[in-house]
Amino acid sequence: MSRRRALARYLAARLALVPVMLLLIASLVFLLLRVAPGDPVDAVLGTRAPEAARAALRSQLGLDQPLLLQYGHFLLNLLRGDLGESLNSQEPVSRIIGQSLPASLELGLTALLLAAVLGLAVGFSGIARPEGKLDLAGRLYGIGTYALPPFWAAMVVQLIFAVWLGWLPVGGRFPATLLPPQGSGFYLLDSLLSGLGGGNWQQLGGAVRHLVLPACTLALLLSGIFTNALRLNLRRALASDYVEAARSRGLSETRVVLRHALPNALLPVLTITGITVASLIGGALLIEVTYSWPGIAFRLQEAIGQRDYPLVQGIVVVVAALVVLVSVTVDILVAVLDPRIRF
Amino acid sequence: MTTPPSPGLLSRWRPTNLSGRMARWGLVIVLIYGLIALITPLMIHLGLLADPNAGLDNPIYATPSLQHWCGTDRLGRDVCVRTLSGVGVALQVVLLALVVALVIGVPLGMLSGYLGGWFDRVLVLLMDTLYTLPVLLLSVVLAFLLGRGLPNAAAALCVVYIPQYFRVVRNQTAQVKAELYVEAARTLGARPLWILRRYLFRNVITSVPVLLTLNAADAVLVLGGLGFLGLGLPETIPEWGGDLQQALTALPTGIWWTALYPGLAMFVLVLGLSFLGEGLEAWVSGGDRGRGS
Repeated sequence: MSRRRALARYLAARLALVPVMLLLIASLVFLLLRVAPGDPVDAVLGTRAPEAARAALRSQLGLDQPLLLQYGHFLLNLLRGDLGESLNSQEPVSRIIGQSLPASLELGLTALLLAAVLGLAVGFSGIARPEGKLDLAGRLYGIGTYALPPFWAAMVVQLIFAVWLGWLPVGGRFPATLLPPQGSGFYLLDSLLSGLGGGNWQQLGGAVRHLVLPACTLALLLSGIFTNALRLNLRRALASDYVEAARSRGLSETRVVLRHALPNALLPVLTITGITVASLIGGALLIEVTYSWPGIAFRLQEAIGQRDYPLVQGIVVVVAALVVLVSVTVDILVAVLDPRIRF
Repeated sequence: MTTPPSPGLLSRWRPTNLSGRMARWGLVIVLIYGLIALITPLMIHLGLLADPNAGLDNPIYATPSLQHWCGTDRLGRDVCVRTLSGVGVALQVVLLALVVALVIGVPLGMLSGYLGGWFDRVLVLLMDTLYTLPVLLLSVVLAFLLGRGLPNAAAALCVVYIPQYFRVVRNQTAQVKAELYVEAARTLGARPLWILRRYLFRNVITSVPVLLTLNAADAVLVLGGLGFLGLGLPETIPEWGGDLQQALTALPTGIWWTALYPGLAMFVLVLGLSFLGEGLEAWVSGGDRGRGS
């Protein structure tokens, strides 16, 4: 079978699995929230609430219907993009998520970019002398950044740069004294546009100052993954036959590393990026809370504190779906880009 | 290539490569933590250390001094004692969670890999879906549902790690199943259970210690994350994540000691477990390879 046809079949199989996985995740979350011990009504009202209030809430949440019917409703609403209403603010869950998602994406993407630059630089620096001091330092860096508890790292960074040195704000996303920029919800982009349009650069300055510490902390935590991935793959590439062949043709070591080994080592790093996204969300959850960054993870923590079941359910389903989509996209990208992969 | 250190001769084991040295340091750190976990409750019981929950007589937010080496927190509790007590708590929860994950994940993986067919496919799809989800997100949801408590936190953690054991064991079982000696045993009339126990279990179990150590490192972090989010353990149990959450509110006023020590304890424990796991991995695979390959 030609590679193109095999690729097409692989892509079809991978894509066909996406709805199944999404359905599985949605069902899992639904089932967990319904079957697990602990009554949502108890959780919201407390066990000593009057029976009338309990019954009212039960019917508002649809908990008085048979489980299968609830499940059907849940899936149907999900297909229409309706995630229910927040118990606390009565706002549609989808709107709350829509409002806080840009903040999370802004933080996450900035951190991912910084992490890739930092991590790849550290990983590449050791390559001149494998097993040399720099190489070993790179390996220790990888393990060390992994072992850092994210929230603790964030607290230490906060303490040093915000509390003691006073260079940057402790938390939040925007100065309280300024009006946040209107538009897409990505403050960096919006304030840049307003700066270009109206010459008002104060907003951009405020947005950047608030972004620096959370983004750098998250980037530091994630960079180790890139360092490790590049180190391993570069080493494997340098030990391969084609590098040997290139060397024996008399090419300079710089050219061998930069033109022959590095491109081959970078592609697996893309796969790692896909995996990183999942841990990015774990880390971001804690970083957002530590810095009071009003993203989706911060909202999740609030919802958990207020026992807001529909909001928790909605956020978890959306985040999980995002993770699945990203990992599938990366898989497909790698399959298309890497001609070495056989199916 | 460096040669792997010879096993069993700890006294003569002086590895020169990084993996060996890391494994040794990791082992030392983990042993010290184990010792602290054993001794601290004893010292508290004997009255040599203060009760981690007693704080009414102490000044609140006292700076580190001779009396309170690491200062006191917002309720006047001794940060040093709480940090030390946290060692035992973290090790208990993580150990419980991983043993349960092991007991469920390994047999399930062996069965799935051995039987194959639709049973295997459904389980693999389910486990892969679970595996895709961010570890912390999954355990946050579970801890939210299960409420606070030591067994609850362990249960929330264990569900996260079942898919990992399942995957590794299932793939290895499927691989070993195709080996000639297994086929020979089957031809000779060996029952499935016998084959699973006699031939597959021993082959498969070798990869578990590495995974176990690395997962323990991960689990300490996740448990801390749960505590930091106000989930996991009840407030009366001294746990690093929960203590750090309380330290966060005081951080802007420059109170650093409540934040520094519990976090540092967690960092060093995770570092030790990671070192040990990486060292073990290099030793098992017989070369100097890192994680993430």
